[in-house]
Amino acid sequence: MTTPPAAPPVINLSRRAVLAGSGALVLGVHLPGWGVGEAAAAVGANTLIPVNAWLKISATAVSVVCPASEMGQGVFTALAQLVAEELDIDWRIVRAEMAPFDAAYANPILGGMRSGGATSIRAWFLPMRRAGAAARLMLKAAAAEVWRVAPDSLVLETGLIRHPPSAREASYGALAQVASRQAVPAEPPLRDPARWTLIGQPVPRLDVPDKVAGRALFGMDVLVPGQLYAAIRHCPVYGGTLARLDDSALKMGGGSYPPGVVSVVTLKDAVAVVAEDWWLARSALARVAVAWAEGANAGQNSAAIDSALARALDPKDPRAVATVVNRGDVDRAIAGSARSIDAVYRLPFLAHAALEPLNATASVTARGCELWLPTQDQGQYPRLLAEALGIRPDKVRVNTTYVGGSFGRRFEADVGLEAALLSKAVGRPVQLIWTREEDIRHDVYRPASISRVTLGLDVLGRITGWRHRVAAPSILGRVAPGALRDGVDKTATQGVADQPYPLPALRLDYVRQETGIPVGFWRSVGHGSNGFVVESMIDEAAAALGRDPWRFRRDLLAEKAPRALRVLDLAAAKAGWTTPLPPIARARRGRGIALHEAYGSVIAAVVEVTVFFDGRVGLDRVVAALDCGQMVNPDIVSGQVAGGLLFGLGAALTGRVGFERGRALQSNFHDYKILTLAEAPPVEVHLVASAEPPGGVSEAGVPPAAPALTNAIFAATGKRLRALPVAAADLSGA
Amino acid sequence: MVSLTVNGRTVSLEVGGDTPLLWVLRHHLHLRGTKFGCGVGACGACTVLVNGVALRACSVSAASVDGAEIQTIEGLAGGNDPVATRVMAAWTSEQVPQCGYCVPGMIVAAVALLRRTRQPADAEIDAAMTNLCRCGSYDRIRKAIRRAATAGAAP
Repeated sequence: MTTPPAAPPVINLSRRAVLAGSGALVLGVHLPGWGVGEAAAAVGANTLIPVNAWLKISATAVSVVCPASEMGQGVFTALAQLVAEELDIDWRIVRAEMAPFDAAYANPILGGMRSGGATSIRAWFLPMRRAGAAARLMLKAAAAEVWRVAPDSLVLETGLIRHPPSAREASYGALAQVASRQAVPAEPPLRDPARWTLIGQPVPRLDVPDKVAGRALFGMDVLVPGQLYAAIRHCPVYGGTLARLDDSALKMGGGSYPPGVVSVVTLKDAVAVVAEDWWLARSALARVAVAWAEGANAGQNSAAIDSALARALDPKDPRAVATVVNRGDVDRAIAGSARSIDAVYRLPFLAHAALEPLNATASVTARGCELWLPTQDQGQYPRLLAEALGIRPDKVRVNTTYVGGSFGRRFEADVGLEAALLSKAVGRPVQLIWTREEDIRHDVYRPASISRVTLGLDVLGRITGWRHRVAAPSILGRVAPGALRDGVDKTATQGVADQPYPLPALRLDYVRQETGIPVGFWRSVGHGSNGFVVESMIDEAAAALGRDPWRFRRDLLAEKAPRALRVLDLAAAKAGWTTPLPPIARARRGRGIALHEAYGSVIAAVVEVTVFFDGRVGLDRVVAALDCGQMVNPDIVSGQVAGGLLFGLGAALTGRVGFERGRALQSNFHDYKILTLAEAPPVEVHLVASAEPPGGVSEAGVPPAAPALTNAIFAATGKRLRALPVAAADLSGA
Repeated sequence: MVSLTVNGRTVSLEVGGDTPLLWVLRHHLHLRGTKFGCGVGACGACTVLVNGVALRACSVSAASVDGAEIQTIEGLAGGNDPVATRVMAAWTSEQVPQCGYCVPGMIVAAVALLRRTRQPADAEIDAAMTNLCRCGSYDRIRKAIRRAATAGAAP
């Protein structure tokens, strides 16, 4: 690891300082363009009162208050780097802490206090630097006020403010309180990027020491006075409700519950046991019998879902087709092409399976509701809890713990609402922990989808027309129906029209096919699904023309997409694309390449596989190249991309959630397999220096993973996989 | 009544004998570095050392470890165990953690491996490290284990 930029040691409060240090002081920094009024307006009239605290400064430490949840993506460190860059402080005294819920912490891209969509750096790159720069000016103004000198006569260096003419000096900490009363500069000047000493540096993550020592506080580690624990069982069918409950097997002779079991609580679609400890609650729950009214989805199964999706591809199907893009005359372009390729691709439902099962701790009292949980959407809770509990939104407090993985799942409010209802029911704080089985069976899944693509190629191998229809259940239709535009769920089609290859004619249609299975945001969302389809089709075109897949992509991109071309060439070069793979006995080997552009980043990946004669697939190596624009912390970027690639590869290999009688068939890691260390290949991530605006990286690794893998399998075996997971295909043979 | 020596301290607890060791540690002893991930011994987030052997605490009953010596991440983080100190230093140097939820169990598993095999071959690392990391930090986990092994080989 690289060490932090060299800086002088921490300077303590000078004896000559006018003010004595007085512990940690909150330095209020109103973000220009994101003031209290605007923030409040953005989230509605009942918004909590903002505190506008982005920094806490003491004589010995600076704590950056982070508006984004630390879910593993390194955001605490990166956002702290942005603030610290403008402050002239020693990085070694910088800490990060999670902001409490407040409307002022609303993510400017997502609207509302939430983290996701690989937006954190894009959203906060400017505001956090402004927060640091404004604080710097306010500290200067504070010293000027206290010493009665001109601000211009002051010098700031590494946590210290000096007035050279009078030889006075004071630490930032000593001046923090006075600084917090200064006017907030509207447009604080930002440091010239040429002088950056922290932005772009691979400083070690601030969360690593606590995580390595087992001290990091995750949702399940919360302990509040008087806390009880709850285990829950939901109706196995989505949309079903609880009909009857029989807890007689749990009751003892006198009709009371065993010692430590506090209550059996029924919710609309679930039953929970609240007890003095979680194991007791879980054991007691097993003795509670429940009859469910399973509802409309009780007959649903995977075969019927697949058929319904397939019917949506039929041009004669009467269902509503929403046209997303219709550019040029696609039918004519394809009819007049030298060659056309037509294929249907299928993708399964996927579970998030974050390693920390869903959980939340809630305390509902006469004063309101306080929540402690790992979440990526704090902003939704005041309104939702107010509705659920019959209290005012300003009586809701949300505290965010470290998040043990999320990948989109913790946008959902289910577990937080349940915890609050349970606390209200028993009148004490309750920590609700879902079992892994509940977590996988009651997920909001990555949508299953089907896509039909027809593309035309001219005699030179250029794409003349691309006709693409996607049928899938809608995420936005469930979580934000107002975000549908003319019947289009943009999350279902992203990655098709915005692919890096020039398409003279494009028709992109979307058919919303609901299935009764709830769907949600899953790392990389539609880019993951459609990236697989697009990059498989490009590979099919190369194969049909007998062209090398890398050179074919190069020629398509030509000079029209220089960023994409650069990462494509870099990945190919670093992978040794033109050097044949050495053979292995009783196996076939191959390399596949894929390219994807999303979140302001562009990535190319090369995957090397060995397909054994018995059909087993071994992942040998992954080489990726990324241009994500300006980087805040390249080491975090490379870790995120490597992780995203493995996340995508694992899903492509074995990921699938199936349904019978409305029930998810998978329930734990034995049947919903995620990638293991033994299966994980070495991953190289090569980062391109770039002056483009910062792009998102936490999702960027996922989209190219599956197509690079299946393209490699094609190279090895000649078998084109048009459905995932890979494990469902028979790849045996010599 | 179950008696355990946890991180060097002997405790006697009134818990049901079938209570998994994981919940004894987390609930009764407030040692929350050991994580619950799956409850079936599949993910390894709850890995602890029982008489020096890495076991999945979610799948070990309290009664079955009566009288045993348990080491958790909190015990290993105390700085007295040279192998654990090297492993944690390597996890830090390689900047392994992302979400961090698998980290305590991973580190315990790596300590058990390196105590048993000072210089594990890649295949031995694969066989021993069956814990799951959902963030996909495996490449750095391997590097960290190799780094800790190298540090342990130094004179």
